[in-house]
Amino acid sequence: MYDVTIIGAGVIGTFIARELSKYQMKILLLDKENDISKGATRANSAIIHGGYDAKTGTLMAKFNALGNPMFDKICDELKVPFKRVGSLVVAFDNEDMETINKLYERGVENGIPDVEILLGSEIKKMEPNISRKIIGGLYSKTAGIIGPWELAIALAENAMENGVELSLNTEVQDVQKNEGNYRLISNKGQIDTKYVINCAGIYADKINNMVSKESFTITPRRGEYYVLDKGIGVDFMSTVIFQCPTKLGKGILLAPTVHGNMLIGPNAENIQDKEGIQTTYEGLEFIKNTSNKSSEDIPFNKNIRTFAGLRAHPSTGDFIIGEVEDAKGFINVAGIKSPGLSSSPAIAEYVVNLLLESIENFNLKEDFNPYRQKPIVFMELNDRGKNELINRDDRYGRIICRCEMITEGEIVDTIKRPGGATTVDGIKRRVRPGAGRCQGAFCGPRIVEILARELDKDPEQVLKDGEGSNILIGETNKGKLAYGEV
Amino acid sequence: MLRKEITCIVCPIGCRLLVEKDDKEELGYKVSGNKCTRGEDYGIKEMTNPTRVITSTVKVLNGLLPRVPIKTDGPVPKDKIFKCMEEIDKVVIEAPINIGDIIILDILNTGVNVVATRDMK
Amino acid sequence: MINYDIVVIGGGPAGLAAAIEARKNGIESILVIERDRELGGILQQCIHNGFGLHEFNEELTGPEYADRFIKELEDMGIDYKIDTMVLHVDNKKNIKAINSNDGFMEISTKAIILSMGCRERTRGALAIPGSRPAGILTAGTAQRYINMEGYMVGKKAFILGSGDIGLIMARRLTLEGAKVLGVAEIMPYSGGLTRNIVQCLEDYDIPLFLSHTIIDIKGKDRLEGVWVAEVDDKRIPIKGTEKYYECDTLLLSVGLIPENELSNNLGIKMDSRTQGPIVNESMETTISGIFACGNVVHVHDLVDYVTEESRRAGKFAAKYVKGLIKNSENIVKTNSGTGIGYIVPQIIRIENIDKKLKLFMRVTDVYTNIKLIIKADENVISQQKKKQLNPGEMEMVNIPLDKIPSDIAKITVELVKEGE
Repeated sequence: MYDVTIIGAGVIGTFIARELSKYQMKILLLDKENDISKGATRANSAIIHGGYDAKTGTLMAKFNALGNPMFDKICDELKVPFKRVGSLVVAFDNEDMETINKLYERGVENGIPDVEILLGSEIKKMEPNISRKIIGGLYSKTAGIIGPWELAIALAENAMENGVELSLNTEVQDVQKNEGNYRLISNKGQIDTKYVINCAGIYADKINNMVSKESFTITPRRGEYYVLDKGIGVDFMSTVIFQCPTKLGKGILLAPTVHGNMLIGPNAENIQDKEGIQTTYEGLEFIKNTSNKSSEDIPFNKNIRTFAGLRAHPSTGDFIIGEVEDAKGFINVAGIKSPGLSSSPAIAEYVVNLLLESIENFNLKEDFNPYRQKPIVFMELNDRGKNELINRDDRYGRIICRCEMITEGEIVDTIKRPGGATTVDGIKRRVRPGAGRCQGAFCGPRIVEILARELDKDPEQVLKDGEGSNILIGETNKGKLAYGEV
Repeated sequence: MLRKEITCIVCPIGCRLLVEKDDKEELGYKVSGNKCTRGEDYGIKEMTNPTRVITSTVKVLNGLLPRVPIKTDGPVPKDKIFKCMEEIDKVVIEAPINIGDIIILDILNTGVNVVATRDMK
Repeated sequence: MINYDIVVIGGGPAGLAAAIEARKNGIESILVIERDRELGGILQQCIHNGFGLHEFNEELTGPEYADRFIKELEDMGIDYKIDTMVLHVDNKKNIKAINSNDGFMEISTKAIILSMGCRERTRGALAIPGSRPAGILTAGTAQRYINMEGYMVGKKAFILGSGDIGLIMARRLTLEGAKVLGVAEIMPYSGGLTRNIVQCLEDYDIPLFLSHTIIDIKGKDRLEGVWVAEVDDKRIPIKGTEKYYECDTLLLSVGLIPENELSNNLGIKMDSRTQGPIVNESMETTISGIFACGNVVHVHDLVDYVTEESRRAGKFAAKYVKGLIKNSENIVKTNSGTGIGYIVPQIIRIENIDKKLKLFMRVTDVYTNIKLIIKADENVISQQKKKQLNPGEMEMVNIPLDKIPSDIAKITVELVKEGE
């Protein structure tokens, strides 16, 4: 019997798991996918918002304001890339300036520090590549950029090191309410647990409806993005640039990433398909045409990838956090749309406190280790450090990914860690081979080879991403006639 | 075949040739659309006896790589390409192999050998 | 600190030819650095034939072509390091590199030859919409899996782009038992050599759809199919022409990009049209003593021309080390006129030309029955009639030295319709 089972290993689920791992509890973190952070956490703007945007009085406003200042400590403990680069909402006309004034006032009401209105000339001084048509804007100094999936992966790893069990490929198909506990029916069998925390993202409504009356729905709201090559990031725009918000979202943004790339997007489109993460011609064109307003010089010819993610848009319009009325011990953490990532540390803290209120005497662990061993980033070492490392382990002398300069040592390390990578994209999310300008064209075959060797699999069994995403179908020079029958 | 349109590959111009059966011609075919006599020869050869060099790989054990590239050391009839591939497919050899080593002698009685096109230590 | 007279970065056909030529021109101390597990570069996976017609007057496969140069290099006793990655080069010609055996190395040299080759354009660069399943590969990656690793990548394939590697892979997949449904090319003409269209597509009844592109990709985990549409003359998909092809594999052969990260970090001036360094008649970049050759300078379609160009780089790097390069007061620039996309070299110092000036260029469109005119400043010094010019086939022009006046500022190449 588990004390707590967390459904969904995105940034919310992993954060709660890690916070709960400070206590003497038996905790299970599960996800229907074959890796951590496969939903909204892996496809978003990768921004920690200042907190001036959300409507005062909402949970979004509350947790964004509380969450933002918590990132320095957690990212330091878990060695997650995070930079407070600041953000600007830019205005092109007087109507936009009115919006800027409203946002400023909201920032004050939400209790956000270091928010100020700047003149167009001041902004142009900060950002030489910004459109000359900008007349002013709202500067939020505390806004930052982060590696969202790196955060979730680090949280899960640290939670596991502190005793949390992780079960991937585990889909909850039904929830049975028993006396004082729950039985989860999954594709991997039954799971008995005293408490359930529903962090199932886009599927949170479905999980809720297994124990409770239908009180909300989650609509997938798709956002598409361009990713520009390294070197176009902070050198091109040093802060995150928003246009004025619209009804559907915070508007198209230009955001440098912690790895030196530039993200451009997202649009916002409500769709039906909860797996509908495809990009569209119309969406990408819209982003290109709209973002050109912020800067006429965006080098779209340096685009290396496009992607789309789904925000979990709740019918209530706000985060849904709390124990379900007709299901004691079942806690929803649902509808965590933007600013969900920014709010995640505060949400986790809140949920843990909520749980501790109703749970009988769980004590803090004496041996909780808040620190995650920093993964070696070979290229960050100085010359001498590089030499010593290669002498110690010659796998650090082999560069596998030539775009991002990632060594075999780093790749093997990320496979071997708790909750480690098992797929090509899993390695990409953790240590970046394939995330560069060649998009894995050179390193792909070598990553497959390393994964096969380390996981003791045949190369045909190695997956790109989800189950069924095999890259190779079999050997040449044997049995090929079978293929010829197609 | 009575008539066939083919693209000439003798030079980069790539003339569209029309090759027609014509018993009045010495070689039995008439070629049109060609800009030079080499195109005519090519057109007739393509109708009477088209041939191709095959390149592929064979499985190799204990080498630097798991496959070694091979080629037929002369052109084989076009209609035997897939039959040749079946033969090539069956072969497993052991390293070391030197470039030019014969892997299959006189494949399918064509008079053509399959040879390795690189060393494999 | 390790010292050499010349360090060649990249052990593919360009680097091999350059190193050998430098040795032939009297330089003893040469090092070739190769990042892959063996010398030969991309030729090792190009197992098809058709290489060497200019260089050796015979048809060789890629590995055979590479073998000749590798053996010559080894016979000469030229040093090389494989599995070795250059991390950094500075403009004082200090190189930082690593490998598993030597660890971290600092290498100092008098001259550098950049021969890093090129990489393939990806789906990301084209921003093809749709889902992002497994089964979408560049043609070159598929070629490596099939020809070197011995693994098949799919059963039913579609190919986007009619570049030579895509055409070659259409045949290769077919021979290995896969079904290739077609090749779509967004331009109204093919990017590959005619012989490849005939021998790789027509031989196997694989259709080539000119003025077509892929507009959507389907499949969650593994590719399930692609939507293909015809495009208008502005390359915009035409509504109503969409057609769905069920397939598990999509190969991309949509262009090659010179791999110039080291050159960019060095501050070498680049040509935005070739995406390679600006070079002079000696294949020297804008940093004295740093040379470049092969696909890192501009993408070639024949390896024979890479060899020829790289020999020049090797020869002049040797001259540079010996202090024999003539630095001219008079810099002549080459100028791409009507119909010409780019010209290499971009800069000429006439004093360093032996007997002939060699210019490599690409045209911007398909031209038939056209005159290729070369002008020194405004005076025509040479003209050639051409029956057919294709953007997919690089043109080489030789201009005898005695036809080039010494006091000019530019040499222009342009296309003029016959009779004009």
